[in-house]
Amino acid sequence: MTLPDAEQLCTQLAAQIRPHLRPDSALVGIHSGGVWIAERLRALLGSEVALGSIDISFYRDDYGSRGLHPHPQKSGIPFDVNGRHLILVDDVLYTGRTTRAALNELFDYGRPGCVELAVLVDRGERELPICARYCAHTLSESLPAGTRLSLVQDDAGHLRLESTSA
Amino acid sequence: MHNPQLGADGRLKHLITLDGLPKSVLTEILDTAAPFTEVAEREVKKVPLLRGKSVFNVFFENSTRTRTTFEIAAKRLSADVINLNVSTSSTSKGETLLDTVDNLCAMGADMFVMRHASSGAPYLLAQHLRATGRDHISVVNAGDGRHAHPTQGLLDMYTIRHYKQDFTRLTVAVVGDVLHSRVARSEIAALTTLGVPEVRVIGPKTLLPTDVERMGVRVFHDMEEGLKGVDVVMMLRLQNERMQGALLPSSQEYFKFYGLTQEKLALAAKDAIVLHPGPMNRGVEIDSAVADGEHAVILPQVTFGIAVRMAVMSMLAAGN
Amino acid sequence: MNIHIRNGRLIDPANQVDTQQDLFIVDGKVAAMGAAPAGFKAEREIDAAGLIVAPGLVDLSARLREPGFEHKATLESEMQAAMAGGITRLACPPDTDPVLDEPGLVEMLCFRAKKLNCAHVYPIGALTTKLEGKRITEMAELVEAGCVAFSQANTPVVDTQVLMRAMQYAATFGFRVWLQPQDPHLARNGVAHDGEVASRLGLTGIPVEAETIALETQLALARLTGVKLHITRVSSAAALECIERARASGVDVTCDVAAHHLHLTEMDIGYFNPQCYVIPPLRSQRDRAALRAALATGRINAVCSDHTPVDDDAKQAPFAESEAGMTGLELLLSLVLKWAQEDKLPLTDALARVTSNAAAIMGITKGGHLGVGARADVVIFDARAERIPTRESLRSQGKNTPFLGLPLPGTVRYTLVEGRVMFG
Repeated sequence: MTLPDAEQLCTQLAAQIRPHLRPDSALVGIHSGGVWIAERLRALLGSEVALGSIDISFYRDDYGSRGLHPHPQKSGIPFDVNGRHLILVDDVLYTGRTTRAALNELFDYGRPGCVELAVLVDRGERELPICARYCAHTLSESLPAGTRLSLVQDDAGHLRLESTSA
Repeated sequence: MHNPQLGADGRLKHLITLDGLPKSVLTEILDTAAPFTEVAEREVKKVPLLRGKSVFNVFFENSTRTRTTFEIAAKRLSADVINLNVSTSSTSKGETLLDTVDNLCAMGADMFVMRHASSGAPYLLAQHLRATGRDHISVVNAGDGRHAHPTQGLLDMYTIRHYKQDFTRLTVAVVGDVLHSRVARSEIAALTTLGVPEVRVIGPKTLLPTDVERMGVRVFHDMEEGLKGVDVVMMLRLQNERMQGALLPSSQEYFKFYGLTQEKLALAAKDAIVLHPGPMNRGVEIDSAVADGEHAVILPQVTFGIAVRMAVMSMLAAGN
Repeated sequence: MNIHIRNGRLIDPANQVDTQQDLFIVDGKVAAMGAAPAGFKAEREIDAAGLIVAPGLVDLSARLREPGFEHKATLESEMQAAMAGGITRLACPPDTDPVLDEPGLVEMLCFRAKKLNCAHVYPIGALTTKLEGKRITEMAELVEAGCVAFSQANTPVVDTQVLMRAMQYAATFGFRVWLQPQDPHLARNGVAHDGEVASRLGLTGIPVEAETIALETQLALARLTGVKLHITRVSSAAALECIERARASGVDVTCDVAAHHLHLTEMDIGYFNPQCYVIPPLRSQRDRAALRAALATGRINAVCSDHTPVDDDAKQAPFAESEAGMTGLELLLSLVLKWAQEDKLPLTDALARVTSNAAAIMGITKGGHLGVGARADVVIFDARAERIPTRESLRSQGKNTPFLGLPLPGTVRYTLVEGRVMFG
């Protein structure tokens, strides 16, 4: 299956989000792909949109079976989340478990006014009742089990979608 | 000889000593600790990693401060924490260490944080858990005799890395009662493993262990000589009971020759940092002006200590 | 019973015998070597082809744990261990509970041992009552009861005047005094050699000087009193030098080493292995090399097991809180053979250190050799067959040894005590 161009998808995603922006909107990228996309979106949407990042390693539900993910990153929310309009940004929406972990983590910073989800690609096969408000691309067919779909950034800073089989 | 701290896959199973741990493991712990420092700044200072796990703080030797930092670390990981001050309970009734441990295992312990007055006690515990098929329970050494205090050593390394970034360009001095100090042994092991080219120990001959040079350090008895140009000064606590008897004549004389004053610190590098594991004896090993001065990073040490202990516990609980 | 041991390689160090020849036993005594004595009719034949036939081993230190420590070991269990180890004579240190400081206790021990009819037990009497180092014991009475020498086991006499008096008194009667050199002050709370390993592990060290300072005192008092002094468990190169100096100046002194000191060093403590906690402590590699060399040349006269069975509960404690000691009766022969093989020492010389030399230190003449008329205490073993000691294979109640699971040379096939086959 040929994967769409990630940089183009970012532009489409920004276009979807733009009409819904509010003065108190903030983007929160999920490490690592979501953070890159959130940075792109902010460049496209304007620097008045606040930007934060979270690493959900400490909130994953598979810690018990798979352990702590290597090289966890610092989360950084440089603004008060209380009452704010937050847009959670991730590269790929799959089972929904990452989103669940991210929501849990976000609420440890305070009580947001509302949280929306923006993703580059929805690959389906959800295991939790989660749905993205903004989605640049939906896969027409499901990927084989065990295939990993993720966003990578090359040395030039260019974003690209990549699928690898386990 | 197989290092009993590591599992067959090379992952950390228990944390008993830093001596002999590979550099990669030390670095991994420090790297993992970094994101945990941020947790303390949130409205809810808690992550759910150890939810449902029971951490037993088993202290066969009193130490409110160390126990508290472990307790905070475990609670910030959402673990259930049970504190046992065994020095005042069962052992006085004749129960052996392993009897106590067996009882706690039966109460569903997932992790032991253990402090003991006897060097090597945590190894005994780890071996016992293995021999009785309870490999899933991990052991964190919170200080055993004179042997090791690995989390203190790690938080010191975290602090040094925070301020100095690169270990391979540093000269570090460990000052004071090395002989009786488990902290010093863990610091020296970590510093040499992480590639510090010159580790010095400074102290009177009565307070330095036999063959201390074999640990890879340079020995100084003259503090002013030893502090020259150092980037990091790691002070050790001097127990009051060492002041009597044949080790030292008096705290005054000790302070005169080995107390850290601003005059002596001026011999170190301009941007030198001063560490102390606490609790400090002001006017014995360190002057108040230094302890409260701009070079001291003693309070950041405490903060980093919680993150480092969170990292260790989450890595161990994951390893099992 | 008349026993014919055939086809074995007979090694009798005391009589400088090392040849392939048969041994004939009549009425519990050695009747002849080589050709059968006139009118000999074998009631039992033992084929010792490929095996070594030697005097039963003489162990200068084996704690049988009776009286007082029956939960660690009993005479029954340890006698079985001695038989399995080819040991037919053993000296028993006085650190029992109560201490062997009264004739009645010694008689009781001898009586109990005799009833078991295994190894001959030679009690070492306490030099001072309760080993307290204050009052000397009734040495002459104790000798009548069966003691062959006097010692303090591992409890030093702190008061040097008491030590001098005790040595003078023993010298009066020509009694032997065996002393363990360890200065109690320098060794205070010490559990390991004061060196690199103890420093790294944070264990309290026992410096070599704790041994040499006490030793110099003991040697000086031996010179003064003229007592027959034997130094037990030499552990360091420096101590050997002290002994050599004293000998050069005319002091008549013998010494022994524990078999484990020939093979282990401080490094074997590893990660606080309490099985390597012994007194005196395992020292450096240099010390070990010096001990091996001195034993080979005879400067160390004998090697013993320093058998100390310790129960698991007492060993399963943090290193410094555990009980010192190793079980050794069943390892002595193997450890001696291992040393001899590694250092390419003739078997005769090696076996002399655990037979005739040891017997001489105890002052016994009717054992430790296979001369005609001697008691037929014999060990028959395969020097090459490898064995791996396990908890299950050890008959001693003490399973405390770091040699468990390690391949060792030497397997005992038969042990005979006064012409009776007690093992095999």
